[in-house]
Parts: sequence; C-alpha cells; structure tokens
Amino acid sequence: MPEDLYPKIYLYRRIVQAKMFIDEHFHDNINLAEIADEAFFSKFHFIRLFSTIYDKTPHQYLITVRIDHAKLLLRTKMPVAEVCFEVGFTSVSSFSGLFRKLVGQSPSAYQSQQHKLLIAVAEMPFNFIPNCFAEKKGWT
Amino acid sequence: MITKMNHVSIFVLNQDSAFDFYVNKLGFKVHTDAAMGPGMRWLTVNPPEQPDLEITLMAIDEGMMFKKEAAEQMRALVKQGTFGFGVFECNDLLATYEELKAKGVEFTKPPKKEFYGFEALFKDDSGNWFSLGEKKKD
Repeated sequence: MPEDLYPKIYLYRRIVQAKMFIDEHFHDNINLAEIADEAFFSKFHFIRLFSTIYDKTPHQYLITVRIDHAKLLLRTKMPVAEVCFEVGFTSVSSFSGLFRKLVGQSPSAYQSQQHKLLIAVAEMPFNFIPNCFAEKKGWT
Repeated sequence: MITKMNHVSIFVLNQDSAFDFYVNKLGFKVHTDAAMGPGMRWLTVNPPEQPDLEITLMAIDEGMMFKKEAAEQMRALVKQGTFGFGVFECNDLLATYEELKAKGVEFTKPPKKEFYGFEALFKDDSGNWFSLGEKKKD
C-alpha cells in the first residue's frame, strides 16, 4: 500500500493491534491504560483514535466483546455466574445489568430462550430453512 | 412489492473451513447451524450489524442441487476466483484491512481511493471474492 496515502499507517496498526489484543484477552483483567502504554500512546490519544476507528471507546468495546462471548456461552448449559466470570466480569450484578442493557433481556432469560431455539432447530430444522432451498437440496 | 432481501447464498468448497473464515476471521455471527442428516448442513451467518440478512454458506456437493458434473465444474470455477458475490462495508477500511490481513485473509487489492469510493478486494477461503468498502461518513 502506498505509504504516502496513509502517512499514519503505523498509528492504525497500533490501534488494530490493541483491538485484537482485547479480542484475544477479553477474559483477563485487562488494564486499558497498559494497552495505551504498550501502543506508545497517551491514554487520551489512544481512546480518541480507537473511538474514531471503532465508534466505541476501548472500554465500551471490551464490554461488547465480553457480552458477545457471554451470549455464546449462555447457549451452552453453563450457569450464568460461571459465564460472568468466564468472560472477565468480576460481579454478577454488573454483568447482568450490562447484559440487559446491551441485549435487552437478562442473561437467564436469554439462556432460556436460546435453549428453546436450539431444541426447536434440532427437532424441526425445516422450520428454519426457506422451503425452496430444502426442496432444491432434496431435504424434504 | 418486494421490501427486502433476507437470504443470500455463497457457494463454498467446505463448510467447516467457511465457518472458520466467516466467523473467526471476518467476525460474522452464526445465525443457524443445523445438521440435516449425514453430510447435510444448513449454515447461515450474519454480518455483525445486519442480523436480518442470513448469508447461507452453501456447500457445493453432488446431490439434488448439483449433479456430479455440475458440482465439479462449480467447484473448479469457485476455486479459480470466478465469482464475486458482493460488497461488504466497514466503518474504517484501513483498520479493517490491517486486521483481516493480520488474520491471514488474502487481499487481491489493498485499499485504494477510486473515483467511486475507497475500496479493497479480498477472497474467502474457497476463492470467492468480495469488495470491501468504507461506510460514507457524514
């Protein structure tokens, strides 16, 4: 890529690396100030650039990644409290509050709904496939 | 009156590999992953901010949809990079390019400012290619 087109490519790379670090280590006790330090940014500069690129502050992004992963774990039979700690939260009440805020329902309600859905898909998969595809593929 | 598209198909060589590419590399969400019997799987994914569009990752296998010869031809065409299935959008093309490249996604064209917009081209694990553009900022 022509570097003159993106004279700040190295800044992008550092921000992208920070984002990918969050993606990989979301379940750990991530200190966002340390990430900023490792990326050689002031905390303020780091947050500003990160927000410009991802439309979220690093903290908001970390919360989103944790909640997204919690949704996946809740589809298993893992208890809510265990999911909470597994994705990096330290308080079940704050996890539940953030989950409800972002997903629109409590973790336990989401888990119950997802279990019902998974059972329905397993038992009646044709209800979830446009009929034309099923017919065309010879599944009906 | 047609109001929207809710399913679109991408033909892939291997659904397990496509799952890894679209979910673990591109970050798409699994919508439905249903076993339909031996060797049959209905697998759909959503772009993260488009939950009402299901992208069906359709295996090119011999069966009702493809006769043996057609499946072989289709697999060869997909591998050769014959099909461009669409245009994806991201908030920041340069950052997305750097991230996907780091994850091993093959770009056939790095981000470039064209008269029609800021664009890159990449291939999926089967050989299908896509344009990746940047959301227009207000």
